[in-house]
Amino acid sequence: MPHIQLPEGVPGIVGPLSFSPETAKPMLELAEVLLRGPNTLTSAEREMIATYVSSQNDCSFCQLSHGAAAAEHLGGNYKLIEQLKENFQTAPVSDKLKALLVIAGNVQKGGKHVTAENVELARQRGASDKEIHDAVLIAAAFCMYNRYVDGLATWQPEDPRAYREMGKMLASQGYVRAAEQRPAAVAAK
Amino acid sequence: MAHIKLPEGVPGIRGPMLISPETTKPMRDLAELLLRGPNTLTPAEREMIAAYVSSENDCYYCQHSHGATAAELLGGNYGLIDEIKRDFATAPVSDKLKALLVVAGKVQKGGKHVTTEDVGNARKHGATDKEIHDTVLIAAFFCMCNRYVDGLDTWQPHDPELYRAGGKRIVAQGYTVSGWEQPLTTAAK
Repeated sequence: MPHIQLPEGVPGIVGPLSFSPETAKPMLELAEVLLRGPNTLTSAEREMIATYVSSQNDCSFCQLSHGAAAAEHLGGNYKLIEQLKENFQTAPVSDKLKALLVIAGNVQKGGKHVTAENVELARQRGASDKEIHDAVLIAAAFCMYNRYVDGLATWQPEDPRAYREMGKMLASQGYVRAAEQRPAAVAAK
Repeated sequence: MAHIKLPEGVPGIRGPMLISPETTKPMRDLAELLLRGPNTLTPAEREMIAAYVSSENDCYYCQHSHGATAAELLGGNYGLIDEIKRDFATAPVSDKLKALLVVAGKVQKGGKHVTTEDVGNARKHGATDKEIHDTVLIAAFFCMCNRYVDGLDTWQPHDPELYRAGGKRIVAQGYTVSGWEQPLTTAAK
């Protein structure tokens, strides 16, 4: 049971977001810009960073929903997401993304864990200052979202099919529009 | 030196915020709502939660800028902020705030650390669901901001006068009014 009274049957972050619409607005706008805004990193790459950090934070809802969004961006490649969470160094992703995932993993532990060497390696592999900035901020933002979801003990469904639906919606509609459509989607169940 | 190229003389979170205006807007809107929006918790109480979490995350810039803001909201009571960071259980603040600081401290460690007992205790001391929600989100938000500031290795000056001036400016103008973009040499005048 969640720590506070949240709408019934509403999964993960959607519960507290509907509990507090005023704070939900900038939180969704931030997710939209970070994960889907104009960027030299693809949405799939950014969703993979989000998924990896959420997995390191052991947040079930966030790692499964963003993992599904990443997989749907890649035409349904759920296996890659599993490989990434297990050991991204051996996963078939670019060396640049691997270096950015190292930075993201260190941000997850705490900002001061990021070293000049981590950043240098990312740069050597072609990452720009903006990409390094965005990898740090995506990782930091998921340290917020994950804590919001687990710190209130929200309901997090276990059925993978629920996350596939979410992933499809997030990949096609994004965060701001998906949230607007959420009440209809829940009611349609 | 910061991990990426940031504007000279602009301290802490303001440096990365200047190079990324699209993400800055929702982050500043969220800070304004969380710390200064209509609430049964006073802005001073919310800034104390922010300062405490930032201190647990060992983020120099955030704990001193939000500590200064809290102190300025309390007529310049900097001693109280030091007591809270050292041991809030013995500080002269309400039992409700102490219980909320316990919840915030658990969120800092990770969302799953928050227990039913922590929340029950806050409720026993008069905290509402909204106050518990806001405490969790403020703590989570600072786990993002602290990582953003330290993860990019931003410049964090140690002159207390600069933080006092910054705290006064936030008390007077808040987070969304322009002025924070200025290099310190100008802002401190």
